[in-house]
Amino acid sequence: MSEIARLFRAREAGILVMLVLFVAVVSLIQPRFFSTETLRIVLLAVPLILVAAMGQMMVLVARHVDLSIGSILGFSAIAAGMVFRDHPELPLFVGFAVGVLSGAALGFVNGLVVTVFKLPSIIVTLGTLSLYRGLLFILSGSKQIDPNDIPEPLIRMAQTSPIDIPWIVIIAFGVAFATWLFLTYSQIGRQIYAIGSNPVAAPLRGIRVMPVTILVFTLSGALAGLAGLIYAARFGYVNPGITGVGFEFTVIAAVVIGGVSINGGVGSVLGTVLGVLLLGSVQVALPILGVSGFWQNAIYGGIILIALVIDRTVRQGGLRGLLARGGA
Amino acid sequence: MTVSAPLVSARGISKSFGGVEVLRNVDLDLMPGEVHALLGENGAGKSTFAKILAGVHRPTRGTIELGGKPVEIASPIAAQRLGITLIHQEPISFPDLSVAENLVIGQVGAKPLGRVRWAELAKEARRLMGLLNVPIDVTVPMRGLSIADQQMVEIARALASDSRLIIMDEPTAALTPKEVETLFKIVRRLREEGRTIIFISHRLEEVRAICDRVTIFRDGDKIETATTASLTDADIIRRMIGRPVADYLHRGTSHVGEVALSVRALTLPGRFENISFDIRKGEIVGLGGLVGAGRTDVARAIFGVAPATSGVIEIDGKPVTINEPTDAIGLGIALVSEDRAIAGIFRTLPVETNITAAVPKRIAPKGIIRRTVEKALAKESVEKLSIRLASVRQPIGELSGGNQQKAILARWLLAEPDILILDEPTRGIDIGVKAEFYDMIGELAAGGRAILLISSELPELLALSDRILVMSEGKLTADIPRAEASQETIMHAAVPRSGRHTVSGAAA
Amino acid sequence: MTSIDKNPVAPRVIVREAAAPRPRWQVWLIRPEVVTLLLLVIAAIVATRLSPFFADLGFILESSTYYIEFAIVALVLTIVIISGEIDLSPAAQMALSACLFGTAFKAGAPIPVAMGVSLLSGLVMGAFNGFFVTVLRLPSIIVTIGTLILYRGLAQVLAGDKSISGFPGWFVGIDYRMVGIVPVPVLVFIAASILLGLFLGITIYGRQIYQIGTSEIAAIHAGIRVRRIKMGLFIASGLTSSIAGLMVASRLGSVRYDLATGGELTMVLIVMLGGTYIFGGRGSILGTFLAAWLLVIIATGMTVANIAINAQLTIMGLLLIVSIIATNAIYARSQR
Repeated sequence: MSEIARLFRAREAGILVMLVLFVAVVSLIQPRFFSTETLRIVLLAVPLILVAAMGQMMVLVARHVDLSIGSILGFSAIAAGMVFRDHPELPLFVGFAVGVLSGAALGFVNGLVVTVFKLPSIIVTLGTLSLYRGLLFILSGSKQIDPNDIPEPLIRMAQTSPIDIPWIVIIAFGVAFATWLFLTYSQIGRQIYAIGSNPVAAPLRGIRVMPVTILVFTLSGALAGLAGLIYAARFGYVNPGITGVGFEFTVIAAVVIGGVSINGGVGSVLGTVLGVLLLGSVQVALPILGVSGFWQNAIYGGIILIALVIDRTVRQGGLRGLLARGGA
Repeated sequence: MTVSAPLVSARGISKSFGGVEVLRNVDLDLMPGEVHALLGENGAGKSTFAKILAGVHRPTRGTIELGGKPVEIASPIAAQRLGITLIHQEPISFPDLSVAENLVIGQVGAKPLGRVRWAELAKEARRLMGLLNVPIDVTVPMRGLSIADQQMVEIARALASDSRLIIMDEPTAALTPKEVETLFKIVRRLREEGRTIIFISHRLEEVRAICDRVTIFRDGDKIETATTASLTDADIIRRMIGRPVADYLHRGTSHVGEVALSVRALTLPGRFENISFDIRKGEIVGLGGLVGAGRTDVARAIFGVAPATSGVIEIDGKPVTINEPTDAIGLGIALVSEDRAIAGIFRTLPVETNITAAVPKRIAPKGIIRRTVEKALAKESVEKLSIRLASVRQPIGELSGGNQQKAILARWLLAEPDILILDEPTRGIDIGVKAEFYDMIGELAAGGRAILLISSELPELLALSDRILVMSEGKLTADIPRAEASQETIMHAAVPRSGRHTVSGAAA
Repeated sequence: MTSIDKNPVAPRVIVREAAAPRPRWQVWLIRPEVVTLLLLVIAAIVATRLSPFFADLGFILESSTYYIEFAIVALVLTIVIISGEIDLSPAAQMALSACLFGTAFKAGAPIPVAMGVSLLSGLVMGAFNGFFVTVLRLPSIIVTIGTLILYRGLAQVLAGDKSISGFPGWFVGIDYRMVGIVPVPVLVFIAASILLGLFLGITIYGRQIYQIGTSEIAAIHAGIRVRRIKMGLFIASGLTSSIAGLMVASRLGSVRYDLATGGELTMVLIVMLGGTYIFGGRGSILGTFLAAWLLVIIATGMTVANIAINAQLTIMGLLLIVSIIATNAIYARSQR
């Protein structure tokens, strides 16, 4: 196996080592961190990010980025919440369908604008980040979905299940597994990697770049919609001005820590899961260590920058390559 | 259909790019089970013809029949569906996907929702690589592979898609002699299977070793198709270059002065090695060779765009450090780059802005642009070089190629360089304007400038140069005084003889 | 304009020498700034019909103070985008530099010293962005997303979720200081527009910035110091952001970590509305200047029409997308 291939394999191993080291160090400083209780809290914190991270990972692999997922999450959560509130007689899955489908629709719009007008996805989704947030205020009439409007069975999904692991955890890891199947065993899944790996060559090889790209954005939207329901289940309310604000940055940080390259073509479900777990552990560890929760965002930002530099270093063949003068 | 019916028969194929005809009325039949070489100088039209067959370009005129039926080859994918595969000189690949996947992705008939069966995929990939007898692990990402291995994967890909016509565009450029041998075995086997192979190469031994017939192109015309055995090397070279040279007179010898630029053992691994030469004031030194021989890389290194990793550059006898073009310009060097569209013009900006781009100090001595000075400089240049345009405020993209090139030359003349590097200065320029360029280059040398002229056009090199250096595969292979220079001597030094073993350092 | 000069050359050659130039009026009409101006006029007319408030220049000037800080930074952002880069972090830089100012003040530093700290931080933040882009050669679009989170996060670390206030009276209320009927921040914006407009329009650096944005490779070949200029632009962006942050601090009389939240959208929106090309090489300060007023009228109009601030996000997002599509279409037409 070549040197570079090994480095790529090493991405997941590297994240695993980081995760283990982090847990070990925190446990040494504060032994009560190393407990089943902590594990439970981390597992509860993770589903929300994990589900959306699967979508964002696919977007990044296709060499795009989706900044609007926080607003999509909010929109879908509000839409589903309104169904729950106004039509309590309907079964739970109707709310789920509304959440996921509305998310998919908004993601589809992102994909359509990006591909039809050939615009940078980062600017388009910066626009829809605002657009969708505005729509969700209009839809909800700026009113919150209160805890007593969220159906009891949904809340219970965040607490337990027949096998004692909360449903939302099962769903999240189920989504991760399904994403892995999709990306590994379907032709389209492989084409997503191909597009991100070499966008110029993809059409020459007969890959239909536009529909695949639109699909990727649609999936990202749908998964953000699902995350909206997980939010409602876990927090028991949906607020148009709070739900999902800034969420995109958490997810991008998780995905980038997971070794997904912003240059497209590289990224694995396993790495992303580990990245999300690491991020979740950091989130949980901060208060236990007595570090103010205010550090969280600064740490995310720092992590993204470090991950960028690492990604660049791997691609350029070491630090020498990174700092070497580049020809035009 | 009988055995003797051609697989491909092209009739009256012509192609123009932006009004310039690069291929004229070419008729060609390709037989099943033959290896057919396309030969010609750079820009003779052979690659264009191959790309038309592969669906990369569409012909301006002409018809193509495949297996007796007329076909439209509208895109590379359409070509693949028709069983035509082009193996690019620089392999196209998905660096992050595995070798096995690169073999099949986008393959005809694959269902988008279909399942990827990894075990079968790997088995099939190993079988294909086994056929080629190359030990490549098919599960590793493409990224780690050498160019040669990537080329092998491309060839395996053609086998996988069961192509009837396989076009290889300089497939041996990056291969070692041993790899070339392997490739030839494969080509012979493909021939036995009744497939047709188009083989584009500059290496005559290779053509001789493997090709049944050759077709020679020159200046967009097909000159001759013949069996390989019926032509000697000298015959082939003569047909490739057989253009009358009488168009231009030799320039009178100008006064040659001190050494202005001296390059010693310049090396950039993978591009060129151990390049040494001198250029004197008032001297025009030609630099010939085939595309990809490393000539442009040497120019870029001297100008600081992609500096060499070792070696010395001296100007007027003093060693200098050049890390970026700004340094080079400060030392009185100018480079008219080969790639005008990307490294030369600012397409959407006015002509005057383009002309004054390299002399900020002259148009804005105190940081503020003096419009009158700028306009005057631009107008003066336009007049001196007789650039044809409607207004100096016009975006340069609206000018013809020749006038764009004059504007770029004007830019560098304003910088008043002592050393001028011209990289393919007349590429894509029509004949009338070319003659003007030749006059200007002669005048510049007469004015005491040292000129390095890189050109793929032999008559141009011969007419203008006082001395001709030739590069082949990253090395200097000849330093020919004007009296001894001829198209034959240049071509003989430029064409790689046997694999990577070239006579090195004639000028060292 | 004269017609083209036909060149009698060798008969085989059928190359055109130069395309005929477009008529002047066409050249003018396809400039995106003209579209911005038209929209501005239309918006002004519609607004005055809707509400008599809009006929009052004083009212518009007063309303503009909510957006003017973003507009000032948008001027620099325009130049950054013309050079082919982008900076998404200025709003976060405003927050961090303002929080640094507040923290320094709380720690007992006199106001001028605290302001110095704030300006210095802007310089450092800009240089930090520039380092990633010009030295490590990472894409600015993703780098500045990282630093946007980082800077905002550091502001949060510094200030927690409390606001810092209690600044002396002379520092507070910059938006109420008037010169004639013009509030001081608006005056700063106008002055900055003129200065930067001149910088971009008549200095050699402005010229070179357009050249870099048009073709970075050609610029390198022409001996333009691309990296140095880009570094300068990121630093200018940081410095301007810290000035804008101080202006917000003065206007609100307090600072919080969430100061200027969502400002990146507003700034990018102003630049795009002004007709600057997202892929670099084209655009103008004039366009951004006009777009800022267009935004003020639209936003104030929506407020007067009782559209909730939150719902206005819809319009802002939509405007951003529509304006990039339109600008791209205009440039695609004029590109040959």
